[in-house]
Amino acid sequence: MTHAGGYIADARIRAAEWLPWVFAALCYFAAPSYLTLGSYILTMIIFALSLDLILGYGGIITLGHSAYFGTGAYVAGILALRLTGEPLLGLLAGTLGAGLLGLFTGLVILRTRGLALLMLTLAITSLCYEVANRATRLTGGADGLGGFSIRPILGLFSFDMFGKTAYLYCLVILFASWWLVRRLVYSPFGASLTGVRENNVRMHAIGAPVYQRRVVAYTISAALAGLAGALLTQTTQFVGLNVLGFELSGELIVMLVLGGVGRIYGAFVGPLVYLVAQDYLAKRFPEYWYFGIGAMLVLVVMFARGGILGIIDAGIARLRRGS
Amino acid sequence: MPAALETRRLCKSFGALMVADQISFRLESGARHALIGPNGAGKTTFVNMLTGRFSPTSGAILLGGEDVTALGQLARVKRGLARTFQINTLFRNVSVVDNVAFAVAEREGVARRMFRPAGSYHAVVDESMALLDTLGLAQDARAVVAGLPYGKQRLVEIAVALGLRPRVLLLDEPAAGVPTSESHRILDVLDALPKDMSILIIEHDMDLVFRFAQRITVLAQGAVFLEGTPAEIAADKRVREVYLGERHV
Repeated sequence: MTHAGGYIADARIRAAEWLPWVFAALCYFAAPSYLTLGSYILTMIIFALSLDLILGYGGIITLGHSAYFGTGAYVAGILALRLTGEPLLGLLAGTLGAGLLGLFTGLVILRTRGLALLMLTLAITSLCYEVANRATRLTGGADGLGGFSIRPILGLFSFDMFGKTAYLYCLVILFASWWLVRRLVYSPFGASLTGVRENNVRMHAIGAPVYQRRVVAYTISAALAGLAGALLTQTTQFVGLNVLGFELSGELIVMLVLGGVGRIYGAFVGPLVYLVAQDYLAKRFPEYWYFGIGAMLVLVVMFARGGILGIIDAGIARLRRGS
Repeated sequence: MPAALETRRLCKSFGALMVADQISFRLESGARHALIGPNGAGKTTFVNMLTGRFSPTSGAILLGGEDVTALGQLARVKRGLARTFQINTLFRNVSVVDNVAFAVAEREGVARRMFRPAGSYHAVVDESMALLDTLGLAQDARAVVAGLPYGKQRLVEIAVALGLRPRVLLLDEPAAGVPTSESHRILDVLDALPKDMSILIIEHDMDLVFRFAQRITVLAQGAVFLEGTPAEIAADKRVREVYLGERHV
C-alpha cells in the first residue's frame, strides 16, 4: 500500500485502489443526509493530497498551506461574484491563482530549510489573511464573501439543496486530482522528489537542480490546494476568512499525519476519519470534542508513526507471517 | 594535453584557520592518484572545493583545462566530475537500484519528467541494473539500502557516482569503516574501472593506496608536503615520520 514510486515500482493500479471510489459511491446512496459533510471531506482529501506531495514526498514542512487553499477559494468567489458563475472556469482560475502565488512565494521561501522555512510559510499565511481581512471591498473582510450563485456544471447539472450535485462534482474533481498526483508520484520527477527528501547532499552531488525541483513541486502543490479551495467556495457558495487561517493549515497536517504521510491513501483516510470523528464527537460531546481528536492524534503519533494506514500495513504483514 | 583536473595555488581559510594553503595539484588524464595525509590535513576540504561545495578563498580550479572556479556543483557534475563520500551519503530508504537510477536519470535528463511512470524508462533501469551487476550487487538491487551490510553500502556509494559516467572520479575514503578482510572487494571494483577515467582517491588504508595508486600526493596542514610515485613516498623518511609511522617499515 505504500506508494514510494521509483524505478522498479509497479505503477499499475491495484484492485484495492478502487476501494475508496466504491466506498464513496456507496456513501452517496447510503447516507443521503450526510452529503454536505461528504463533499467537505472530498474537498479536504484534495487539499491533503496537495500537502502530501510536498510534505510526504518532497520533505517540505509547511504550516502555511491554507494560503493557497484560501487564495483559490477567494479567486473562485470573487470571479463568481464579479464576472461569471461558471464553475469549471472558477476552478481553473482558483487553481491558476494559487499556483502563481505558490510559484512566487516558493521562489523566495524555498531558499531556506527547516525551522526558517516553517516560519516563512507561517508568515505567508498571515500576510494573505491580513490582506483578505483588509481588502473588504474585494473580499468582504471579516463578514466573508457570499451572495453569488454558481451556474450548472457544463450547463447541465445544477447545484441542488441536498448537495447531491455538489458531492458528485467533488468526487469527479477528486478523482482527477488523485489520478494526476498518482502519475506524478510514480514519475521520474516524483522519484527525484523522494531523492531530495532522502538525501539533499547526495542530490546535489549527482547534479540535480534541487532548488528548481522543490519550487516546481511546491507550485503544483499550491495549485492543487487552490483547486480544493475553489471547490469549497463553489459547493458552499460562501468564502470566510478561516480559509486562510493558520488553524486550517494545522488541522490539515493533523489529518495527514493521522492517515499516514508519504502514501497517497493517507490523504484519503486522514480527512475521512478526522472529519467523521469531529462530526460525531461534536454532536455527542459539544464541549469536549477536541479532547477526542487530541487523544486520537497522541495515540497515532506515539504508537503508529505511519498513521492509520501504517497500522493496517503492519497488521497485514503480521497476518502474512502468521499464515 | 590539459590535466583532467588541476588546481592552482588553491587557498581556503575559515577565519584565521588556514585549511588549504596554496595547493597546486594535477590529476593527469586516466591517472590513478592518491591523496594521503594525517587527520585534519585538509583532504576533505580540498575535495569539497574540487566539487564546488565550498568555494576557495583564492586560487583556481580547472576541469579538463576549463576554469570552473566560479561554477557551482551542478555545472561541474554536468562536465563529468563525480564524487563519493567518506560517510555514506545515500538514499537510505529506497532500493539500491533506485539509488543508481536517480543518478543515471539526472545524467540523461529524464529526472524532471512528470507523466510516464519511472519504471517505463527502460534505458535508465537497464543501465542501473547492468552497473550493479558489474559491481557484484545484482542480487541486492531490489533491497533497501538501509538494510544492507556496511561494506555493500560502500559499494553502492561508488555505484551512484558511476551512474553519472564521470570522466573524473573523486573517491573520499572508499574503504572507510570496511574491515581489512573485506577491503579487497572495494579494490577489485576500483581496479575494474575504465582506464580512461581519471581517479583521485583519498584513503587511510595504506595497503589499498599503495596497491592502487600510480602517484601519491601527501597533504599536511593544508599544504602539499610531497608528491611522487608510491616507491618514492614509501622511501621518504619525513613522510614516514609524519604519517606512515613504523607500520610500513
